[in-house]
Amino acid sequence: MNNAVVNLLEEALGASNGRIILVEDCVEANGAFILHHIVKHVFATCNGEPGIVLFVALAQPFSHYERILRKLGCNLIAHMEKKKFVFFDMLKLDCPGVDGGTQKGGLVHLYQKIERAIQTVSPESKGIVTVVIDDISLLDVACHGSTAHVLDFLHYCQTLTSELDCSVVMLNHGDVYSSMADSRFNLHLEHLADILIKAEPLSTGVAADVHGQLTVINKGNTERGLAENKIRSFHFRVKENSVEYFFPGTLT
Amino acid sequence: MSFSRTKTSSFSRTVSSEGSARIPGVKHVANGVNLVSSGIADLDKILGGGLSLGTVVMIMEDPEAPHHLLLLRNFMSQGIVHNQPLLFASPVKDPRAFLGTLPSPVSPKDHKRESIPNRDPDQENGLRIAWQYKKYFGEQQIVEHQRDGSAEYCNDFDLRKPFGRQIVAMQTIDCISIQDSSSLALLQDRCSRFLAQYSRNDSGGIGSPARIAIQSLCAPQCGFASRDWDILSFIRSLRSMIRSSNAVAVISFPPSVLLPCMSKRLQHLSDTLLSVKAIPDEDKDLAELLTDYQDMVGLLRVHKVGRINTQVPFVLDTTTFSIKLQKRRSLVLERLNQAPVDGSSGSSYASSGSCSVSKTSSLDF
Repeated sequence: MNNAVVNLLEEALGASNGRIILVEDCVEANGAFILHHIVKHVFATCNGEPGIVLFVALAQPFSHYERILRKLGCNLIAHMEKKKFVFFDMLKLDCPGVDGGTQKGGLVHLYQKIERAIQTVSPESKGIVTVVIDDISLLDVACHGSTAHVLDFLHYCQTLTSELDCSVVMLNHGDVYSSMADSRFNLHLEHLADILIKAEPLSTGVAADVHGQLTVINKGNTERGLAENKIRSFHFRVKENSVEYFFPGTLT
Repeated sequence: MSFSRTKTSSFSRTVSSEGSARIPGVKHVANGVNLVSSGIADLDKILGGGLSLGTVVMIMEDPEAPHHLLLLRNFMSQGIVHNQPLLFASPVKDPRAFLGTLPSPVSPKDHKRESIPNRDPDQENGLRIAWQYKKYFGEQQIVEHQRDGSAEYCNDFDLRKPFGRQIVAMQTIDCISIQDSSSLALLQDRCSRFLAQYSRNDSGGIGSPARIAIQSLCAPQCGFASRDWDILSFIRSLRSMIRSSNAVAVISFPPSVLLPCMSKRLQHLSDTLLSVKAIPDEDKDLAELLTDYQDMVGLLRVHKVGRINTQVPFVLDTTTFSIKLQKRRSLVLERLNQAPVDGSSGSSYASSGSCSVSKTSSLDF
């Protein structure tokens, strides 16, 4: 029974190869734990054909992720030595500039780095690379608000999924854009995504044993039609070494 | 990359706390996090021990009251008491003058003599009305806390007694005016130089922690009204610098003058987010609802508590606290206590009284 409970998120995600997963969170409910979950999942399930993670970090330094994933039972440093984990420290990424050229330059450079890394870590095999971006809204800040360039960058990342069968996982803060007059950026992102995961706090307020609610909208495989389009929602509780997922009211 | 060589096994020796114990004012807790005190004992307790080094704390100001200054002052004073380097940026002409208003610490002897006898009569008092249990539990904890001798970690400050002129000239305090500055590059430069000078963490050793206090960033008098993106990228770069150094930054900003989406972005960029609110003087409804309404100065809300190196969020029992001045000099945070409603409490007394009477009578006869 316990297994079924743990796997609610995995069940909702399904086979995530070659998909774009967008995680939207808000100030009250941090969604970063989903990224940790996915990174762990990639390393854990692909033992036959080892998964590779390219982590583009804009929010937290390596030490932070390393500690968290160590507690989840995943040694990033060992994976890094085996060239299964590539970490891009983009905390200081800044591409200002009055003219669009330099702003674009920074992101183009970043994309080239990702592409080169994919080619070096997995020259021939396809479908095992996952690109994780934490988080998009900081990419936006790094470009001083030129969302068009960020969208361009993400479109390029989308080609990674279609051509090289990579998965892309990105974290974004939904409430930033919903309070904006022009929320097109967020709509574009949601359109790009194959799977949308929303993390929200409980409407009844904070609780010690339920940390919030996840809504997973799986748009399904376009090849197999829209039959799979499913919306699932469940509660979660984040722990040091795992995350509990459960349907409302089934907490034991 | 330097970190790739450090640890290859998932087993690692826990770093002995001796190193951090030698530095006054630093508490070593789980996940390799070091805490420093905010200068307010109650706030430290609320935030789980103090402010983590390597994080950015933001305070959302109330346009009607300068309560954020209370928090900033205590934060800065605590740093000075522990002789930690401090960088202070403010949108006034002469930020150094502000240092003269910082509260000075109450000497521990005075403090013990006054506080414990005051509390003891309450503790011994046998008969007590059974509402607001938590208040009394809290008091006991405070007394124990003081007996532990951890008063050195967080001093008690006397808001009426300023530090005086001697600290205005102190070398370890760096002051910048951000009034009418044409760009944030200057401030960013100063911050990075300050962090590089005092709290390099590259060698792995723990130096003395540094504190950065920025008052009213984004206030209209700063003159970067239309530079939202510059402010955001400044805070982002400050945050990345602080993460890799041994420092904590407390930044206050007025959300009322910002676009809602900018304010949200700032809230996301903060690790710990607090907001202060003034209490209107003549709010009859609120006065009826809360006890000790007269003593309250304002309200403090804890929106989120930043935790690095862990994914578990820090959940508080309550998020709103009242700010009070005890004996008009020390800052106290308390959870809100709901006042008993007159009508219902009267009837419940009456009913319980009659009930007990009937019970005893049935037993006796």
